[in-house]
Amino acid sequence: MSLLEIQDLKVHFETDDGIVKAVDGASFSVDEGQTLGIVGESGCGKSVANMTILGLTQSPITSIEGKIMFEGKNLLEASPEEMQAIRGEEIAMIFQDPLTSLHPFYKVGSQLTEAIHVHRDVSKQDARDRAIELLELVGIPDPARRMRDYPHEFSGGMRQRVMIAMALVNDPKILIADEPTTALDVTIQAQILRLIQSLQDRFGMAVVLITHDLGVVADTANYINVMYAGRIVEAGTLDEIFYDPQHPYTWGLLGSLARPDRPRVKRLSQIHGQPPSLLAPPQGCHFRPRCPHEFDKCKQTPSLDPRSGTPAHLDRCWLPPEKKRTLRVIQGDQIGLEAPAA
Amino acid sequence: MNGATPATEGTTVKEEHGLLEIRDLEKHFPIKSGVLIDHEVGRVRAVDGVDLTVKEGETLGLVGESGCGKSTLCRTVLQLTPPTSGSVKFDGEELVGRSAKAMRPLRREMQMIFQDPYASLNPRQRVGQIVGTPLRIHGLASGESLKRQVNELLERVGLGPEHYNRFPHEFSGGQRQRIGIARALALRPKLIIADEPVSALDVSIQAQIINLLEDLQDEFKLTYVFVAHDLGVIRHVSDRIAVMYLGKIVELGPAERVYANPIHPYTLSLLSALPIPDPRANAEREQIILEGDLPSPANPPEACRFHTRCPYATEICSQEEPMLIHHGNGHWAACHHPLNREHPDAVAEALPELGKQPA
Repeated sequence: MSLLEIQDLKVHFETDDGIVKAVDGASFSVDEGQTLGIVGESGCGKSVANMTILGLTQSPITSIEGKIMFEGKNLLEASPEEMQAIRGEEIAMIFQDPLTSLHPFYKVGSQLTEAIHVHRDVSKQDARDRAIELLELVGIPDPARRMRDYPHEFSGGMRQRVMIAMALVNDPKILIADEPTTALDVTIQAQILRLIQSLQDRFGMAVVLITHDLGVVADTANYINVMYAGRIVEAGTLDEIFYDPQHPYTWGLLGSLARPDRPRVKRLSQIHGQPPSLLAPPQGCHFRPRCPHEFDKCKQTPSLDPRSGTPAHLDRCWLPPEKKRTLRVIQGDQIGLEAPAA
Repeated sequence: MNGATPATEGTTVKEEHGLLEIRDLEKHFPIKSGVLIDHEVGRVRAVDGVDLTVKEGETLGLVGESGCGKSTLCRTVLQLTPPTSGSVKFDGEELVGRSAKAMRPLRREMQMIFQDPYASLNPRQRVGQIVGTPLRIHGLASGESLKRQVNELLERVGLGPEHYNRFPHEFSGGQRQRIGIARALALRPKLIIADEPVSALDVSIQAQIINLLEDLQDEFKLTYVFVAHDLGVIRHVSDRIAVMYLGKIVELGPAERVYANPIHPYTLSLLSALPIPDPRANAEREQIILEGDLPSPANPPEACRFHTRCPYATEICSQEEPMLIHHGNGHWAACHHPLNREHPDAVAEALPELGKQPA
């Protein structure tokens, strides 16, 4: 059984302009020890879906439907006290910008020990020892001295390590990392990704990695959800998504990348237009207006089903699988939405 | 690709001529302290002795991590911030030391595209005004002709006349970047410096903007200096690439050579740290992961600035600063222990004292 199971989650925000359907029927699950990559562009709902898991999107204007099952309990029905116990203890989260997620007025040490005291009844000295141990674990040199520093005295990469240490305080079963390396340089990004992997190997936690960077998921994830305009449009193993992608949006994402590891192509394949407004998404398939392969049936919403022949590889596209395999090849062995115009 | 240089191998002096010639350019920012009277207590060496030539019609890619000085270099070249010392020649004319008035006719020839499409457009101006302002300031058009020219520019970058009277907030990030491009294009410049023009955009929109910039280059014979930290984007757009580390250029060469045979260990570790969007290729390769953070440019390491993080560093690296030397085929690097070197003797011949050092 899965550790965490999200069933038909809908998160809608009522605004003055209308209802924003930020997440519009997302179902996925997280298994023990797995790294689930959630990929999509800005505004596709990937962050909202995951913040909802921790109850961070609740407000008078939000309406949430569906189920979030964690260890047999629906988190959407949990009391604030129950959520408090789960948040940080069972499921922890790290964010993109470690400078805004740490309190600028408090020393890193006191922020860490506070997180320990909230969940555990331990002495001051024990909390301090645990905090130093955690800082050491995430690779911060001279941790006892660094406990007395303020967040601004750390570099971006070191701050992200502090955030990871804080998330690990209570040995969570799931770590949700929302764009954890987007603000970091490539050399530091590589350090942080390795750190997350080594901690995962050591403690066996599941990681949900939210990112817009296909390189990062290719490097770390073993299962991927591709999101577009509030919906998961394709879900599959790493190999299925990269080498047998079924949804035209996934083709477009793969095709429009400028590859660092290949000689330059003459022109990049692009996806025309821009993502739809979530106030008034198109009827049926949300990708329809940007898709060159659209046909009549696309006006009906395709469900997320196994269509390619493998049971765990799901997608939302009406095109017959055998047709997809020819349509997605644009030049040579390159996968893309359409060949670039000359 | 027009990356070949006439310079002989192993030399350190560059005799080539280009549209833009940067010589020994430095930009230091003073760190001041004191209550009533400021006194300088240190210097941030943001750009610290850069030599670079940009040839007409080429795209020079500039890469490096945050804080390596690539944005300061761009701003100093355009005299948006005056350099501490050095020379910048554009089309043979010296820019350093010119008054604002004397700069103005030259500004027509060089324009900039900025990273943040939200911050670089005036929120109170309509698109027509934003794109038309450069034309008006330089007295090139007014009235109906101004409007016609602005509409032509908008159309050229993929917008339409219906956008003329709208405000920047009504546009998405990608569309705003198109407005910024139309504005840069208005004066028909020869050189465009693009500072991270696509890094704020989503992947699918990035490809649109990159394709647009390439089309415009062909159409208007533009020369680009393209700054980015995304090594995939840089490989795709550049003819030549310059890699910066802590205010200095550590490697310079034709794009394909730099990617296929990086000479400087820093370039190699940048390429190696980059996750490739191809799981099988990722699993096959061995990554070099650099230890530690980028040192502060206020207090850079002695001699070779990379020696504190370099897996190949030896004693000499902390004693002697390596010069940017030619390794053949227009490929330059500043390293005591160059990798993938095709002509190992060239360096030894040119600088015999280097040849004696243990490898």
